Amino acid sequence: MTTLAELCIAAVAEAFRDEREMIGTGIGPIPRLGVGLAKLTHSPGLMMTDGEAYLVEQPVPLGPRGYDDRKAAGYLPFSRFFDSAVWTGRRHAMVTPTQVDRFGQTNLSALGGTHAQPKTQMLGARGFPGNGIYHANSMFIPAHGPRVFVAGEVDRISSPGYNPARRIAGGNYSGIDLRRIVTNLCVMDFGGPDHAIRVVALHPGVAFAEVQEATGFDLIDAAQGETPLPTADQLAIIESLDPHGIRHTIFKDNPAAERSAA
Amino acid sequence: MTLDKRMSAADIVGRLKSGMTLGIGGWGPRRKPMALVREILRSDLTDLTIVSYGGPDVGMLCAAGKVKKLVFAFVSLDAIPLEPWFRKAREAGAIEVLELDEGMFQWGLKAAAFGLPFLPTRVGLGTDLVELGGLKTVQSPYDDGEVMVAMPALKLDAALIHVQRADWRGNVQALGPDTYYDEWFAKAADTCFVSCEELVPAMEDSYPADAKANIFERCFVTGVTEARGGAHPTSLPPDYGWDMGWFKTYAAAAKDPGDWAAVADKMVGASEAEYIASVGGMEAVGALPLPIF
Repeated sequence: MTTLAELCIAAVAEAFRDEREMIGTGIGPIPRLGVGLAKLTHSPGLMMTDGEAYLVEQPVPLGPRGYDDRKAAGYLPFSRFFDSAVWTGRRHAMVTPTQVDRFGQTNLSALGGTHAQPKTQMLGARGFPGNGIYHANSMFIPAHGPRVFVAGEVDRISSPGYNPARRIAGGNYSGIDLRRIVTNLCVMDFGGPDHAIRVVALHPGVAFAEVQEATGFDLIDAAQGETPLPTADQLAIIESLDPHGIRHTIFKDNPAAERSAA
Repeated sequence: MTLDKRMSAADIVGRLKSGMTLGIGGWGPRRKPMALVREILRSDLTDLTIVSYGGPDVGMLCAAGKVKKLVFAFVSLDAIPLEPWFRKAREAGAIEVLELDEGMFQWGLKAAAFGLPFLPTRVGLGTDLVELGGLKTVQSPYDDGEVMVAMPALKLDAALIHVQRADWRGNVQALGPDTYYDEWFAKAADTCFVSCEELVPAMEDSYPADAKANIFERCFVTGVTEARGGAHPTSLPPDYGWDMGWFKTYAAAAKDPGDWAAVADKMVGASEAEYIASVGGMEAVGALPLPIF
């Protein structure tokens, strides 16, 4: 039985469909498996690292493996990541921010309180500001809810979005390129008026009203039907990239892709 | 002049002063100069501004009350994503911060290395970093007229770096798949102190075949000291991985009430020899598995 995790992996892969040669980065198991699936199927131009410093043509499987099992085809250490991947725009990353707002602004820095004394300190902005201004970005949100998709603006803006109030005259914002948001309920994009967020596919058995209810801002219903289930070929590739079944641990009780099947 | 740059870790820390701005090489839980950080933790130094791609170096210095201000883009132990002692310091409002993007951070080190007041970048536009950090913008004087963020130079009084090998002149070799921005910390600093796993008399006699691992030239090195296991509990590929058991103990100690004074002796040790012995000696450090990503 196909799982919700596998449905999401296939949706991530679709988000990474691209003709260009560039780095594909999926942070976390579902995004990483999705990028690997895209690379091994429709988008061979994608380039991936072993998560450390080397470029690999065969995506590195998740989980325990021999340190030297990865076969390096190239080299992309942190020490040249900004020169080669980020500031040249040759990258598409999928990340999981703590908050997202209707402008696509995200927060990975801190929640509540003040800058001097946040209520909850998180990771810090990491590379989000640079990623957001220079290259394509997508998001994976495993628990679609109003605490993630917040009303108003995010508490701290770690990465830029399409918010006209946050733009200064003369600044170059042309690199902002927000692609897809894959969640446990649906797939969304930024294709509405002024880049408003739209639901473009609902996972099997999910209604638009349920997605709207779980979102702190208004969504546009542009659903073209259900998120497609992965094919048998795709499932075989996913299995090869995740031999330890880490994808089965992402969602509580590892639900089926089709709710009616549960 | 003498080119003999050998000194003890205590000599190095003796060259530092309270109130200084210190850059710490490495990245999160990877190749941190922890022996030198521990030596700072054994000293009276305080009121420090720390510039770091932060890992346990930042957490420990925060926990011990050594930090006045932190310049950072993240602080993380990777497998334990949120550094618990850093988080505690922030949520107590105990430290000032300049929060940056990872790329802006290295750009600021490069500005300092080249003696420039700033370098322009688009990074930070559309985010809160510019206003919260008091960063200014600059306009291109050419026809495009683009307005960019002026990333100020991150000038360091001293940089601390850990590598595999050094000789007494300060010729260093850093092995492993990634050396992060260590070379820019070295060049952004007025003084740079390097700890190493192995101090050799002459690099050209010991390891001439690995000269490409000389990630910065010896003119950027002020002092060298041998500190075997000097990156522990962080990783130093290919020599050893990070110590996940140590990180778990360290993180657990931060839980309420989280009293650093109660665990500092265990986490720092009275001397480096005592510390390395307490984690099982170099045999145990050398056996730590390299992390898989």
